[in-house]
Amino acid sequence: MTTLTAPRPTVAARRERAARAGGPRKKLNLVPHLFLGVLILYFLVPLWWLIVASTKDVQGLFGGDSALWFGKTFAFGENLVSLVTYNDGIYLQWFGNSLFYAVAGGLGSTALAVLAGYGFAKFRFAGRNFSMALLLGSVMVPLTALVIPTFVMMSSMSLTNTVWAVILPSLLNPFGVYLMSVYASEGIADDMLDAARVDGAGEFRIFATVALPLMRPAFVTVLLLSIVSCWNNYFLPLAMLSSPKLFPITVGIGLWQGQASANNGGGESLWSLIIIGSLMSIVPLVIAFLSLQRYWQGGLSLGSLK
Amino acid sequence: MTHMTLERPAVVASTRGARTPRRRSLRSEQIGWLFVAPFALIFLIFLVAPLCYAFYLSLFSKGLATGTVFSGLDNYVKAFTDPAFLNGVGFVAGFSLVLIPLQMLLSLAVALVLDALTTRFARFARLMVFLPYAIPAVIGSLMWGFLYSPTFGPLSQITEALGTAQFLPLSPDNIFGALVNIVTWQWAGYYMIIIYAALQGVDPALYEAARLDGANAWQIAWRIKVPLVSSALVVILVFALIGTLQFFTEPQILRPIANGSIQPDFTPNMYAYTQAFSYANFNYASALSFALGIVVFIAVAIFLFASNRKRKGFSQ
Repeated sequence: MTTLTAPRPTVAARRERAARAGGPRKKLNLVPHLFLGVLILYFLVPLWWLIVASTKDVQGLFGGDSALWFGKTFAFGENLVSLVTYNDGIYLQWFGNSLFYAVAGGLGSTALAVLAGYGFAKFRFAGRNFSMALLLGSVMVPLTALVIPTFVMMSSMSLTNTVWAVILPSLLNPFGVYLMSVYASEGIADDMLDAARVDGAGEFRIFATVALPLMRPAFVTVLLLSIVSCWNNYFLPLAMLSSPKLFPITVGIGLWQGQASANNGGGESLWSLIIIGSLMSIVPLVIAFLSLQRYWQGGLSLGSLK
Repeated sequence: MTHMTLERPAVVASTRGARTPRRRSLRSEQIGWLFVAPFALIFLIFLVAPLCYAFYLSLFSKGLATGTVFSGLDNYVKAFTDPAFLNGVGFVAGFSLVLIPLQMLLSLAVALVLDALTTRFARFARLMVFLPYAIPAVIGSLMWGFLYSPTFGPLSQITEALGTAQFLPLSPDNIFGALVNIVTWQWAGYYMIIIYAALQGVDPALYEAARLDGANAWQIAWRIKVPLVSSALVVILVFALIGTLQFFTEPQILRPIANGSIQPDFTPNMYAYTQAFSYANFNYASALSFALGIVVFIAVAIFLFASNRKRKGFSQ
């Protein structure tokens, strides 16, 4: 609660503070900068390896070239071509599936969360307190513990191995509802809603025209977080789906990795597909995070509300 | 849960009778429920129903000769005496005890440093530390698996150049540390951003006052900044605890390349998955899932209770 209500220090105040701190302590700042430099290296090493390895052909990969530097050949293009043509372009299919699951699950769960959060924050109804307590309790339920029972449940309705088996359970996002309700009760003044009511606006029009625009920062944050968790999900689609045509990238690459390590000799060409496929699979989210910085950096402070 | 849905219409009906003149509040009742209803439906179908169904399934046992028979709590007795399940629970508990303090210290340290610096380099570092959060756990585990591997990774080249014995992170002795490293790499940035955001919300006048009182940078960090973001730290701890106890993706991905260091019963979730999908033993798998859910729920509830009491103690 504190982060939202406490007045944020103005940019000017921060600059001033920084300038004051920067003057006489400039030398001391070397140590923290070194610390950060080492951290950047640590966090980027795996990515660097992936980029370097994606430019190598099979000989370069297995031939004992330096693991952290480019080899003699530059086979990035050929690797990319074999990635998208392998097995009739199954990788592109997986990519599309991941995109579909992430957008459908993310948009759906965020829409449900914004509605429910607004309802919990702005209306008093019977069972509200009980439902809120239930909601908070459910944040503590490990969602993977639900995967196997959900699988059995859906398989009795013959819904497993369909897109619904992945999308419908992804709509459940209790933490998103909680964030939205905190944000709505702090960020939307009751007076404003009452004024709109006096003007004769219907409740859903008030929600759409008054409340929703005010909740935009929370909406974008919850949307981004749920898209990430859908895109990255592994256990749920792994359990639910059996035909490779429906796999998202995570399950597909896991499948390739299992095949490649099971058959160590013939799997060599598969390893380079796994490497470049992994690299391509992280591009969309990395771009999304770099370009939407403004939104998530502000919005993630919601996570510290208590 | 059923209690809630059953009683709702009755309550609405009685309010209608009692408060006919106050139409506004009656409408507010129904409209509030309308907003919540779509989520409530998903909540009932995909959280409450699977939990109830898992509990129901867990009360039955499937035998080759007997078919499926009601067996009461036998599956739970079996689970809590099953060395495979208990070892898995022991592993994730030990793993949390090592991982979470390490991860929190790292993310807190980075957040404090980033909060104190306003240079471009610091902003760049913030982004880079956060980046692994955008990378799926499957891909993160694969990348580290490659780096760990003697065939693909730089480790064998480094040990060769140094002339030391080969270092194999995926061997049974080292797998614990190898996994701690992957999870720290994956999540420290996300936790750092949450702490950083909380730090940014603090009024700098507080630091100024402390500095005038003669506090140095360390004292300001430990005595003022850390206590002020303690609620963010609690949130992170809860997330980390829930996440670690249901550990699945990373060991599952490393399993094929770890040459036997990771068995199918390595974590409780992997064990339940194996029981369900390798042995089609859904009754026992449901009992394991339900038991894991209870263990996590109780662990988190105890932690929250304790931290609440402690913080109340502070403020009194």
